[in-house]
Amino acid sequence: MSNEQILGLITGLVFGFLMQKGRVIRFEKQIGALLIKDMTIFKFMLSAILVGMVGVYILYDMGITTLSHKPMNVGAVVIGGILFGIGWAVMGFCPGTSSAALGEGRLHAIFAVLGMLVGAAIFAELYPFFSSTVVAWQDFGKIGMQDALGISHWVIIPIFWAAAIGLFFLFEKKGL
Amino acid sequence: MKLKTKDGGWNPYFAGALVGILAIASVYATTALMGKTNYLGASTTFVRAVGFVEQVFASEHVAQNAYFAATKIKVDWQFMLVIGIFLGALISSLTDKSFKIEKVPPIWQERFGSSVTKRGVGAFLGGIVAMVGARLADGCPSGHGLSGMMQLSASSFVALALFFVAGALTAAIVYKRRAS
Repeated sequence: MSNEQILGLITGLVFGFLMQKGRVIRFEKQIGALLIKDMTIFKFMLSAILVGMVGVYILYDMGITTLSHKPMNVGAVVIGGILFGIGWAVMGFCPGTSSAALGEGRLHAIFAVLGMLVGAAIFAELYPFFSSTVVAWQDFGKIGMQDALGISHWVIIPIFWAAAIGLFFLFEKKGL
Repeated sequence: MKLKTKDGGWNPYFAGALVGILAIASVYATTALMGKTNYLGASTTFVRAVGFVEQVFASEHVAQNAYFAATKIKVDWQFMLVIGIFLGALISSLTDKSFKIEKVPPIWQERFGSSVTKRGVGAFLGGIVAMVGARLADGCPSGHGLSGMMQLSASSFVALALFFVAGALTAAIVYKRRAS
């Protein structure tokens, strides 16, 4: 294995371990969140985002790392986002958690994995069609919220923290 | 606040914060080792994996496909990450005895009964729709939800909101009625 592959494997091991410990990979937790009955996965995700965003932007400001925004391509993000949401609710896993769910013995995740492989193949075939239609509609490029709003990321980050902590108190109060 | 949950897991705020630290370490390590900053993600690996499968049957077709050409079919950092996720969850669940063979999950069973075939078809079809959506939106709950949000990407705010709204509406319709 190359260094790149070993690094990926080790990072994935820790990531999978932590997701399993957080109990976020199960069908019950994923659908529980979509039914707004159990917000465990949002507590987990938002906590990761809060911690991660501070480090990511410190490293970026120091010139050590670069950002890798995904394009704000309106048609693709909106239609893709809706399709993903519909599929997610029926499947009960997302791409990362399907692999983890198999690891903790949820055998039905194999059907989700197979479906996603077929979906990837279908997307590859439809790529020329999408490129000339939805992807071609309106692309704002690879932008962050700081670019869209014209303010420093160090203004947005504390606001994001405050909003997320507010949500956490709401979750705990409602027992979600 | 308790550090352990009732089912023996870790507090989700704590485990999530550790993933945040992992994400920071990973951003630093990939830059140092590979010369390019890589962010956590999973869905591109499904494109590469199916590319490998298709190469066995129709290598010419794969070579001509613009999307496979752009994605580059190889076992890269993210491919190994997805394999690592499987192994990490396996190790964690075996060591804390939460590993459980499950063919039909309880919420699904309440609504659709205990048929493995029904669950299999649902997961399969859901998987197809979700992956077409993820590739179109250029990310999944890892790539957009975690990595994109950490970077404050505009597209990730939109994508994650739509994942949730479309998912919640669909879940409300699909799991509302209970099977007798």
